[in-house]
Amino acid sequence: MGYHWNWGIFLAQVPSGGTSYLGWMLSGLMTTLALSLSAWIIALVIGSAMGVLRTVPNRWLSGIGALYVELFRNIPLLVQLFIWYFVLPELLPERLGNAYKEINPLLQQFTAAMICLGLFTGARVCEQVRSGIDSLPRGQRLAGLALGLSGPQTYRYVLLPMAFRIIVPPLTSEFLNIFKNSAVASTIGLLELAAQGRQLVDYTAQPYESFIAVTLTFMLLNALIMSLMHRLEARVRVPGQGGHHG
Amino acid sequence: MKHLRLFAAILAGLLISAPVLAQQSGGTLKKIKDSNTIALGHRESSIPFSYYDDKQQVVGYSQELMQKVVDAVKAELKLANLQVKLTPVTSQNRIPLVQNGTVDIECGSTTNNTERQKQVAFSNTIFVIGTRLLVKQGSGIKDFADLAGKNVVTTAGTTSERLIRKMNEDKKLGMNIISAKDHGESFLTLETGRAVAFMMDDALLAGEMAKARRPADWLIVGQPQSREAYGCMLRRDDAPFKKLVDAALTRAMSSGEAERIYKKWFMSPIPPKGLNLNFPISEDVAKTFKNPNDKAFD
Repeated sequence: MGYHWNWGIFLAQVPSGGTSYLGWMLSGLMTTLALSLSAWIIALVIGSAMGVLRTVPNRWLSGIGALYVELFRNIPLLVQLFIWYFVLPELLPERLGNAYKEINPLLQQFTAAMICLGLFTGARVCEQVRSGIDSLPRGQRLAGLALGLSGPQTYRYVLLPMAFRIIVPPLTSEFLNIFKNSAVASTIGLLELAAQGRQLVDYTAQPYESFIAVTLTFMLLNALIMSLMHRLEARVRVPGQGGHHG
Repeated sequence: MKHLRLFAAILAGLLISAPVLAQQSGGTLKKIKDSNTIALGHRESSIPFSYYDDKQQVVGYSQELMQKVVDAVKAELKLANLQVKLTPVTSQNRIPLVQNGTVDIECGSTTNNTERQKQVAFSNTIFVIGTRLLVKQGSGIKDFADLAGKNVVTTAGTTSERLIRKMNEDKKLGMNIISAKDHGESFLTLETGRAVAFMMDDALLAGEMAKARRPADWLIVGQPQSREAYGCMLRRDDAPFKKLVDAALTRAMSSGEAERIYKKWFMSPIPPKGLNLNFPISEDVAKTFKNPNDKAFD
């Protein structure tokens, strides 16, 4: 009875040859990094734009931002992923849908996961940006306008430089979340870190080694990001604005 | 720095927990006797082996054979009121759950192979499958060679996944292989045209086909790439329990009971929708019934 530990399994060759199980894990890590970072860029761009929209004094424009947040924040991530991957190609015109389905499946999975994760996280970034802007004293906006700056200029030169510096800590959490959330891509077959870990279990029947390795990799990755973000936070901290000590 | 200390603590925790997994004593029969409970592991959607019917009862071919084992345990330990605890398992957690004692025996659609034998023991073979292809009627795909350069789907974590990846490397077929999360998702991938073929155990393909909106649209083709023996999983090095399980299964096979159960699940309408898999008994299964054994094919 009992478990047969074998940490050496990571150095064993995979059955199809050409690499070791460690090679699989590393390629999974690369996919996780590529997916998370590309989705994070989408999230930052869309989230910032929508966050700004939510604070502009125009009902229609702020309505667009609110709609976006409601839609992408209130549907479970897994459901969103299935919609992007399985449902959307069926809604496209048939020729376009078929053309999409014939491209390399890896690319299909990656793009679906990237867009899904980017827009989902974007909705959360949007709320951070909005609260960052809202946290500024009203006088700042008025001062900008009184100086003769246009609306967009007020955002560019007065509001956003302050708001972004204030929201670095909550953005750090979202940045960490995107790495962890990227594991849902394994459900559509993308071989990222969690999927490679699961695959290793299937091939070797060594679940504990595999899950421990995946867990530690995620934790190390997140610790690394946290320390980078702490450094960033310290550098951009607004003097006199309290902020994080540590 | 404080993170580093945290890691060290967690790592230490994991390593300390290792021996806990390893210690267990007295064997399964003693555990069952002491607790007056047998813990069975079953699948949720392995049609027709082990799955939930429309009343959320666990049913299926393997489930009925497992019931024979429960009857044998009851008789052996003279426990008329033996409690049965059912635990659903997945292909990812079934091995750890058997090892850590959450389930005492799992009969579902688990392949007996040599890697798994390092972790768990297997009963006598209860079923033998061949790995083949499900394709759309009229797609022109007749065998594995026709798949060159095409998209092919299989379910993650199965032997089929390994075989097709290896075949792709060895024969340079240039296939794009999609690993879907479960059989339902694999079939969806095939149905929506993302893949031209779905490689899997033939009995499970028949199950997916029977569930399809129009079963007649689909076809199982191709030379079987491997044969696999399904067995019930038990803890390793527990000879008395294994002997009892094997004897119960052998009895069912030689008395014709197993064949009756086979016909019930593979040759007649089954829940939840009253589908008939029409999957006649294969030569391999017939051989197993004649000569019960616990040999793996690889």
